[in-house]
Formats: sequence, C-alpha cells, structure tokens
Amino acid sequence: MASDLQTNISGASAPHSGARIGDVVLRTEGLTKHYGGVHALEGANFEIRKGEHVAIMGDNGAGKSTFVRQITAVEQRTRGKIWFDGREVQFEGPLEARHAGIETVFQNLALADDLNVPDNLFLGREKTFWNFLGPFRVLDYKAMRAATMAGLEKTAVKIPNVGQAIRNMSGGQRQCVAIARTATFHSKLTIMDEPTAALGVQETAQVENIIRTLKEDGEPLILISHNMRQVMDLCDRIVVFRRGRICANLRKEETDGQDIVAYITGAKTQPEYADAT
Amino acid sequence: MSGKQQAHGIGGLTFDAKKRHWPNEVNVFGALVLIVAIFEVLGQILMGQSFLFDSAGRFDSIFNEARLTIIILQVSIVGIIAIGSTQVIISGGIDLSPGSVVGVTAMVAMSFAQVAQVNGNANPTAALGDWAHDLPVIAPIAVGLACGLVAGLVNGMIIAYTKIPPFIATLGMMVAARGASKWWTAGRPISFPTENYKALGAGLTPVFIFIGLAILFFLVLRYTVYGKHTYAIGSNEDAARMSGIQVERHKVLVYTIAGLLAAIAALVLSSKNLTAQAGMGVMYELDAIAMTVIGGVSLTGGRGSIVGTVLGALIFGVIISGFTFLRLDAYYQEMVKGVIIVAAVVLDQWRQRRAGTR
Repeated sequence: MASDLQTNISGASAPHSGARIGDVVLRTEGLTKHYGGVHALEGANFEIRKGEHVAIMGDNGAGKSTFVRQITAVEQRTRGKIWFDGREVQFEGPLEARHAGIETVFQNLALADDLNVPDNLFLGREKTFWNFLGPFRVLDYKAMRAATMAGLEKTAVKIPNVGQAIRNMSGGQRQCVAIARTATFHSKLTIMDEPTAALGVQETAQVENIIRTLKEDGEPLILISHNMRQVMDLCDRIVVFRRGRICANLRKEETDGQDIVAYITGAKTQPEYADAT
Repeated sequence: MSGKQQAHGIGGLTFDAKKRHWPNEVNVFGALVLIVAIFEVLGQILMGQSFLFDSAGRFDSIFNEARLTIIILQVSIVGIIAIGSTQVIISGGIDLSPGSVVGVTAMVAMSFAQVAQVNGNANPTAALGDWAHDLPVIAPIAVGLACGLVAGLVNGMIIAYTKIPPFIATLGMMVAARGASKWWTAGRPISFPTENYKALGAGLTPVFIFIGLAILFFLVLRYTVYGKHTYAIGSNEDAARMSGIQVERHKVLVYTIAGLLAAIAALVLSSKNLTAQAGMGVMYELDAIAMTVIGGVSLTGGRGSIVGTVLGALIFGVIISGFTFLRLDAYYQEMVKGVIIVAAVVLDQWRQRRAGTR
C-alpha cells in the first residue's frame, strides 16, 4: 500500500507547494472520480497541514462529499494519488483509513441508532478478548466504556447516560458522539461533512465549540459547510469546488463572504484554476 | 427548568429522567402474564378448573407441571428456528425458507439414520441402499447440518452479493427446498430410524436443545463482535459499512447460521416423529417470524433479543395450550395468532414513532 514519497510531497501541482514537508498531513494530486459518464470529481489537487482548519465549500453536487469519500476510501477513486502522513496511500476501505488516522463525521452521521454511545464509538474496531474466536470474539465492554468516557471528556461533551441508544438522543448529542470518535482514537486528521446542517442554534454552538477545541489541540480539520459565518469563524483557509473541480483556494484573511459566493456561483475563478474549470 | 431535568454539557442539554424506560422484554413478559391470567380466569369460569395451577391437590406441586411441559415442548422446535429468525431480522433481513429447509433436511438426514431391518424384514421405507443403514448417529447429524448450511449459505450469498431483497431470495429457497424434499423420495415418507437417532427428539430433549441454543445465542448476540455487528447492520447498514464492517460477509454468516438452526430443528423434529415427510415444517417459518415479532424484535431491524423471542415462543405455546384447554377448535387459534402478530407489529411501529418524536 505505502511507498515513501516524502520527496514528492512538495510537488509543483499542489496549490500550497511551499509547505514544509513535515507539515503536510494530507495531499491529493489529480484525484478523480467518475460514475459512468458522470464526472463527479476531476483532478483535485489539495493539501492540508498540521494544525490547519480548511473549509471546503461549493454548491450541491459540486463534488465536496465525493472528494471526502475518495480520501476515506468509502469509494475507490477512478485515478489520482493521495499522500497521508508522509506516505502515498491506497486504502482498501474506510476502516483502513480510520486505522491510519483519518476520522470522518459523515453528513448522515454514520451512527447506528439502536446502539449506545460506546458501541457506536467503537463500531468496526471493538476492543475484544478471546480473539481466537474470530467473529465470535468477546467484547470488552468495560474497556470501551472507559475509553468512551475519556473521549467525551476530552471534547467537553457530557452525555447523561452513555448506555442509552443513540435514537433517544437529540441531534446535538448525536453529532457530539460522532465527533467524539476523533478524540477517542487520537486521529491525525478529522473530516466533518456538514456537521451542523441539521442542528439548532444551541446545538450548532456546541459542535462549534468542539471544533475550537480541536484547533486548540493543533488537530487538522477539513470542514465541509454551507455556513459562511461558521467557515469564516472556524477555518484558516477555504477551498471552493465547482462542477467537480477546485476553482479557488483562499486564505481567510484575504477574502470575504461575497468573494466566496462569487467563486461558488462561477462568477469568479482564480487564474491558476481557470483551465481546470 | 423543572426539578427533574438537569442541564448537561456545554450546550446546556437537558436530560429528563422520566423518559428512561424499561426494556421491551418486560412488556412482552407482561403480555405473557396477562394472557396466562386470561386463560386462568376463563378456565375457572367456563371449565371450573385452573389453567396454570395443579388441580389435583398434590402437595409436592403448585403448578400444573404437565401443562407447563407441554407448552414449552410444543414450541421448542419452532423456537429453534425462531432463534435463527431473530438474528436474521435484527440484521434487517427476513428468512422465509426455514420451514422448507426443515422439510428437505429431515428427508435427507433420515435417509442416513434408518435401520436396515424392521421386525426381521428389510426396511420398507429405505430411501438409500444398504450402505446407508445402521450408520453411527453422527452421519445423519453431519449430513443434516450440511443441508442446512448449504441452504443458508446460498441464501446469504444471493442476498449479500446480488442485492436481491431477502424476501425474494428466501422465497425462492422456500419453493426450491420444498421441491427438493418431495423429489428426494418422490414424496414417500422415510421412517424407522436407529435408536441413537431417536434419542435426539425423545422426551424433553427438544426443550433442552431449545433452551441451550437460546442461552448460547443470547450470549453471542449480546457479548460478541458478531452480535454487535448484526445489530449495527440492521440499525444502519450504511453506517456499518462506513465503519469498516464487512457487511456482505456478515450477512452470509447470519443466513448460514439461520440455515444451521433450521437443520437442527429438522433433526429434532424427524427424530421426535420417528419419520420424515416431504411436507414437514410447512408454515414453520411464519410461526418463527411471529414468535420473534411478538417477542419485540423489530421487523425494521436493529432491535430485539433472544429473551424476547423465547417469551414470544412461550406466548405462542400458552395460546395453543389455552385454546386446547378451553376445548376451542384449532382454527380459532390461527385467527387469534394472526391478530396477535398484527397487534405486535402495530405496537412496534407505535413505539418507533414515539421514540422518534421523543
């Protein structure tokens, strides 16, 4: 899977080619996904560095979620390369991406409603004993509960009863559980796909506070969001997708909401991406 | 904020202790007690005798042990199938084939369990040649389990890898397996098993097998990775897949185990009846599904337990026994069973809606 390509990470095609090699957590080059004749993602060059929070914006169908699905190996890319943590990677599936340190809070949360908090946090990577029993190995509930409490504490999330099923929780609590995975498993990169899209004002504030906690801890984040205020408040950089391609890569201090909307709608395109779009 | 609500977390989320609720199995147990009580009252009024308690006035017994034994004995074989159905339904699927798998497994297994001679004459129902007579009991057991395993494996492979709805895939197996059971001997019954084979279904053995398997699968579903992944897939298949669970492989395992349990039911049934017939197990799948649904297993997947299914089986047994006790015709049983199944599903839907609006 992995081949050491540290020297290639400063490749000229990346938007931020000046980044120090050690700082780059994730880099994609020419990432492309076609569904038959539909070109959902085309030639995406992207990178994110340690401690950086990068927003991905774009209209519906612009390719934002498709981009995330290729990085996290929920789908297999048509072509392109991904480097993560200093190595070129070709994850076989989402579990391998998670094991490597990429935690994703998907748009639809990816939670099993009928399971409780520890069961959801450890879904697919349970702590077990008697491993010789294969699929019938025994769950170590005590260890999973303890790790869950530690993860929730780290993100300052307090859930009254972690033993209750997720379906009995509010939208905000559910989102916090999904985000708490990142703290529990000490991820190297967190990706959130519209984490507050379905939440109320109070719950959104709660999730945003957790994102600030990640920033304080120096954990890199890719945030997909339609919320301009949130993006300008929480992120360092904004990457805009349009029709499956990246059309702008903007530092927060050099842009504003109106400017970003112009890129999203196609009224503007950065010169370096003009050919691509 | 009311006194019973406490704020938690940075968002000021509230937790209402009043909304904590007991497990669904408690409701099912309550229903069981209620049904027993109804038969007890009707028995006292209509028959002048007790349904549950010992009317003989013996000092060594309070309950009518004979009736209690019959109740559990008559549901134990379908109960074994219901254990398999429980895990299939929890995983979000459905299996319509176990009744037919019982039929074909009973026929094939019994063919390897026959004695060579009956009263000094050649076995008149011999299905295979002399080589298949008087074999050790492990032979029909192994062949029977292999039948169930293959049927379950085929179900699982078709459902997992062709994405055909489980209802259709297992409906196909239901028809095909029934045809195979008739084809095996051109419809002739197979009888006269060996003494060791007879022991599989003798006396209370079916009850012990049912209870043993129920305890085993209670532990498996509750305490193992297999169980947790079964619930996760039934609850949210996409989430399970995104979490790295190999959903297709797991489904194959779930249906294969259901097939094996149907095979165990077939071995016990054919042994108990001392014969195998092509029509064995007809409607067993629906009774098994009914037991699981009555026991609180959600047809939408993700929720339910073996404890609930065992209680559902007991409710079934009590209804059958109660109607016999009241000397009511069997077709009333069928009608009442149908009403209870629909009522259980309506109740489940209502509980889901209530949970959704909480």
